[in-house]
Amino acid sequence: MGYNCVVCVKQVPDTKRITGQAMKEDGTVNRAALSMIFNPEDLNALEEALAIRDAHGGTVTVVTMGLPMASAVLREALFRGADRVVLITDRRAAASDTLATSYILSCAVRKLAPDIVLCGRQAIDGDTAQVGPQLAEKLSFPLVTYVEQVLELDGRRIKARRNVGNGWEMVASRLPVLLTVRDTANTPRPPAARRMMKYKKALCPAEVAKAVEDAMPTAADAAKAAEIKKRCQALSAAGLLIEQWNLDELKADLIWCGRDGSPTKVHRIQSVVLTGGAYREFASTEQACTELIAELIEDHTIG
Amino acid sequence: MTEVNRKGEVWIFAEQEAGKLSDVPLELLSKGRELADTLSVPLGAVLIGHGVGELAATLVAHGADKVYVVEDACLAHYQAAGYARAMCQLIRQHRPQICLYGATAIGRDLAPTVASAAKCGLTADCTDLQIGDHTPPGTSDVHRNLLLQIRPAFGGNIIATIVNFDRWPQMATVREGVMVMSKADPARRGQVVRCEADLAGLELPLEILETHRQAKKVNLKAARIIVAGGAGVGSRENFRLVWDLANCLGAAVGGSRAAVDLGYVDHDHQVGQTGTTVRPALYIACGISGAVQHRAGMQESAKILAVNTDPQAAIFSVAHYGIVGDLNEVIPMLIKAIRGGERIKHAPQAAKASS
Repeated sequence: MGYNCVVCVKQVPDTKRITGQAMKEDGTVNRAALSMIFNPEDLNALEEALAIRDAHGGTVTVVTMGLPMASAVLREALFRGADRVVLITDRRAAASDTLATSYILSCAVRKLAPDIVLCGRQAIDGDTAQVGPQLAEKLSFPLVTYVEQVLELDGRRIKARRNVGNGWEMVASRLPVLLTVRDTANTPRPPAARRMMKYKKALCPAEVAKAVEDAMPTAADAAKAAEIKKRCQALSAAGLLIEQWNLDELKADLIWCGRDGSPTKVHRIQSVVLTGGAYREFASTEQACTELIAELIEDHTIG
Repeated sequence: MTEVNRKGEVWIFAEQEAGKLSDVPLELLSKGRELADTLSVPLGAVLIGHGVGELAATLVAHGADKVYVVEDACLAHYQAAGYARAMCQLIRQHRPQICLYGATAIGRDLAPTVASAAKCGLTADCTDLQIGDHTPPGTSDVHRNLLLQIRPAFGGNIIATIVNFDRWPQMATVREGVMVMSKADPARRGQVVRCEADLAGLELPLEILETHRQAKKVNLKAARIIVAGGAGVGSRENFRLVWDLANCLGAAVGGSRAAVDLGYVDHDHQVGQTGTTVRPALYIACGISGAVQHRAGMQESAKILAVNTDPQAAIFSVAHYGIVGDLNEVIPMLIKAIRGGERIKHAPQAAKASS
């Protein structure tokens, strides 16, 4: 039968490994000091899509919205088995909050005409878990959040188990549908060595342009353009050119994109500064512990 | 919506399941009451479901001036399509300026769907909400009396304050336990507004085949004393020290997110922004570094004792008592002091280091 699965993924800073250099004095992020990774729950979403393809046939297309460097997660998706990858990149998409992001993604996803859209439950930088549901609303697709297992796919009907924290639910839905997938759903398969060998050379046109600029900085514009075209054609012929769409190609209405399309605005950012704790220190000795406990018993905190 | 509304009510979504209100709507009502009083507008609760009308009295007792009730057979069990449509209709009709939801499985499904349909802003997992003014940088326009939506972000390395000043309503979700529930006042009076939702042509695409709810194994919110362990404990086996200390104090056992992720203790014991928010009389943090999301979940404890080998650990910034030392040595010393010390008046909770 075969299902066309589209997976929306995000490149995120590794917020679990932030060092002192990551935050600048003014409270903004020092992106140069961050390592960027494939958002963990998006890997679970990708794995779910690949498992559907393994069982039923079809294609897996992975989409991301970001800077050209987000092509790195698309390459990772190719390493793990994605059939097609698309980068949505456009300066006018900068500063998009979840509403603007879900609008832009909806324009792209509609072009891909999927049967099943899969998103990770949430990204580890924003932590909102909002893009999945908002994308479903914009596409008018049924929404199934917190998916832990796709139980059955039969014709145009899908059955899935949701883990809602204090229990679970089995739901059925028609297709097309949007699923948000949580971390407990599966163990993402590792990259395949042969696919890594092939796809590590995949580039998007913006990356090609940058490479040409670095290689021939003093050349005339026409020469650079010719070189970019030549390299892109070669990559394309080898199946290594990452598709790149901008907001015009998506026919996106700019009033819903970027800063203008984002109702949530930052009022203030404060670095988390720890005030020196005025705690009473007790030594790591039996005597000190005895004194501490006695005090807590005395004031009825204990007992 | 793009027409700015500064006169509307403050609303909370009164989440119910199987005809029972969870704690979250009652906690939201407390905060909602504060916000509504600051803005001098009424506080409304939105109750959607089937056969749930009698819950309105509880919502009024906890602070709602009005309860908007939408009932229909097709709303008996939550799914986004029906609830979002009902919520959006109410918003269009009554034009609240603020809508608050619990950051629960339902809230995180419903709130973004409503925000997308209404094209308004939504901030998730707020740890605080206040009313304040905002001037967009580079302008001199002052937007007054906005909802300041405060939350940790970027892995907890920053606290962000978010506002929405050009779309309405302003929406936010708040996790359970973050706001304190106020006491019920059965003498409070409020108005029940029965609303007809136009559900003509509504397609409910999801079939709920089976549901299974399990009560949490441990009630951290009710515990008077909590002993919590973090990544510093080192292993699930070593977590026995935390259980032992808890047992001799009649305390509940907690864990940081790191400890839960590492499998040292089950998720039901997690304390923190994505776990449970607690305010016990005594919180003992062992081998917990004190990341801001953890602190957000316990820093209002009456007394905090921190045990950590690292004197720079962030947990010490909220501690009342601190021991810089190895929990493997300190915990046995504390246990010895407790046992050798006075009688313990309340019975220890039956707790085992089960898997």
